[in-house]
Amino acid sequence: MTLTAPRASTRAAPAAPGRPRSTLARRLVPYGYLSPTVLLIVVLMVVPIVMVVGYSFRDNVIVQENSVFAGFANYTRVLTDPDFLAALRNTAVFISVSTVAHLVLGLTFAMMLNTQLLSGVTKAIFRIVYILPWLFTIAVIAVIWRLLFDPSGVVNYVLQTVGLVQQGVNWFGDPATALWAVTFVNIWSGYPFFMISLLAGLQGIPADLYEAAAVDGTNWWQRFRHVTLPQLRPVIVSMAVLDLIWTSHQFALIWMTTGGGPLNSTEMLSTFTYKQAFSEYEFATASAAAVIVLLLTMVLAFFYVRSQRER
Amino acid sequence: MVFRVSRLSRLVGAVTAATTVAFVAACGADDGGSDGDGTVTLEFAQWWGAELPAGEFDRIIDEFTAQNPNIEIELLSAPYASTKQQLLTGAASKTLPDVVGLDGAWVNDFAKQGAITDLSSLMAEADYDDSELASQIQIDGSTYMIPVVNFVYPLFVNKELLTEAGVADVPTTRGEFLDAATKISASGGDVKGWALPLDTAVPNGIQNDVMSWLWASGGSMLTADGKPNLTSPEVKDTVEYVKSLNDADVIAPGALTMKEQDKVEKFSNGQIGMMIDSLAHINLIRENQPDMEFEVAALPAADGYTGERGIPYASWGIGISDSSEHKAEAFKFVSYLMSQETNAQLSTIANGFPGNKNAEPDFGSSDPLFRTAFEIYQQGYPANEFVGLPKSEDLMRSFAEQLQLVLTGGTSVDDALAAAQENWSSVIE
Repeated sequence: MTLTAPRASTRAAPAAPGRPRSTLARRLVPYGYLSPTVLLIVVLMVVPIVMVVGYSFRDNVIVQENSVFAGFANYTRVLTDPDFLAALRNTAVFISVSTVAHLVLGLTFAMMLNTQLLSGVTKAIFRIVYILPWLFTIAVIAVIWRLLFDPSGVVNYVLQTVGLVQQGVNWFGDPATALWAVTFVNIWSGYPFFMISLLAGLQGIPADLYEAAAVDGTNWWQRFRHVTLPQLRPVIVSMAVLDLIWTSHQFALIWMTTGGGPLNSTEMLSTFTYKQAFSEYEFATASAAAVIVLLLTMVLAFFYVRSQRER
Repeated sequence: MVFRVSRLSRLVGAVTAATTVAFVAACGADDGGSDGDGTVTLEFAQWWGAELPAGEFDRIIDEFTAQNPNIEIELLSAPYASTKQQLLTGAASKTLPDVVGLDGAWVNDFAKQGAITDLSSLMAEADYDDSELASQIQIDGSTYMIPVVNFVYPLFVNKELLTEAGVADVPTTRGEFLDAATKISASGGDVKGWALPLDTAVPNGIQNDVMSWLWASGGSMLTADGKPNLTSPEVKDTVEYVKSLNDADVIAPGALTMKEQDKVEKFSNGQIGMMIDSLAHINLIRENQPDMEFEVAALPAADGYTGERGIPYASWGIGISDSSEHKAEAFKFVSYLMSQETNAQLSTIANGFPGNKNAEPDFGSSDPLFRTAFEIYQQGYPANEFVGLPKSEDLMRSFAEQLQLVLTGGTSVDDALAAAQENWSSVIE
């Protein structure tokens, strides 16, 4: 550093008239390197978002050649639509129950895989079994659970055999059970990611802390409360906020299992928006719904960023 | 050294930026689909190729290019749902491929949007004789889609289940159907008489499995001037009949979220005795259950009805993009597909019925049930009132939701039809 600065200055000195341009060029070099990334971000993220926001303030865009500015009419229409409010309610239930269950299951299985009580081979087998749901694509998961939850499928057969139900339950086809059925499938498919992340967190907790706590005469529950949970807190908060964001965007699973039905009982913000756009061709209200979802997600993203800063 | 790195760094940075700009410029470039030697390349987006035996569609396309060396066809094949979405976004951005495969349910919206062109004027320009065409889908008197191949939806009957239930003949009336379905459902196990897919993700069940009962008895869901007529006695009879099947517990459970493929699977597995389904699934059922004894028949009509029976159909339709710079060449390609010989070949390999009324599909190597279905088709008339309607998928979905309410006891048939009528009236102006 001390060597290069004087050399640079001595080389620059003779070319005094061209110096400002040379400095400008030097300053632009990093931007030259960044240009592909900046361009991709602008083309793939900024432009679509700006376009969707623009669409949401116009009369029915895309399908009308000369759409006009409509102010907040599309937002009013969406926010007063009973189907949208039902979708909002269903989404809230779906994402909150899914996230809590992902967290509880993920932490439970992660602790099981981290325990010293099981042998390495046993833990390896459990690890494979627990991770399996994460290996399937959503399409396969939807097909599997449609078969399992069929009124004459395996789940009902087992429940009838052990006497828990008298006749086959119509899991996806009954408005009373459909939301819980899709939530269950989402929990099943999503907990392994929590498990892996929390397992990594558990393995990063220094053994000294547990030894010190043991010396203080703590029991398992006290160690869990006062050592494990505080140490995992940053991971748990990050994962929970991210999961809320991801789950709120879940579309494929709902679409391929219930399609938002029956009777709107599993309609989510994602399926509502899709139907507005690709079934009703109401791209303006679909855009307004998408912007509302974006704003809601940004609230979650704000908490995520804040939790990351705290770390 | 520092100088060299700095210079190299600046050079690389500048080149990177320049390359990026050049790449973007290249992405936006359009040669208009015409080569320097005068050869025109037509893009043809469709879902047909994926549903035909491997290489067969390419062979038909190659024949065209051999006859027309100055026209190249670039096939853009994707599954049905992807094709729909791609065409929708392409229509919005005025980047539709020159020739597009169409479903009758999309035509109205594409035509109103100005995305597909008026084929009537192209026919006139080309001095094309349209008398060979079995049908044309028109909006405001102009043709926007020509059905290339039609797929009808007859009644499929599992003969073994029917015989086991003690029913000798395939039902021909609604009364006989209810009786047969009841007897099949009473035979025990998980077997039911019929399946009704009312999934709202793809609500085709309303068209194929509900309105088909109406059309089979000569009824209509529209008035003479094309307005919704859902509160008519015929539509009410149809919905009440479907409700009676539900009340008799002859419908396979899970109807409210059942998809078309679930229905076919249940039929293949012997879990339902009868279904209304596309002829295209005959080979699939034969592959899955080679020993199953099943038949196809005309849809049962209302008791006492003696008129012609409508039989639901779906089409592989074709249209031309309004933004295409090569409309004349595109129409040449369309007229090739609609020619007697090519259309017969295409309908034969697709296991469908030709859009050219002079074309005869070759049933020589086909399943005998295709010939039976063709006879049913010729005795009745193809009926699908959703073709050409605006937002037809949405119309089906809103009707499906009302029917779901009826079947779950949430509303009466009258109230459901009144609600559906109101909804449809706001769409069909």
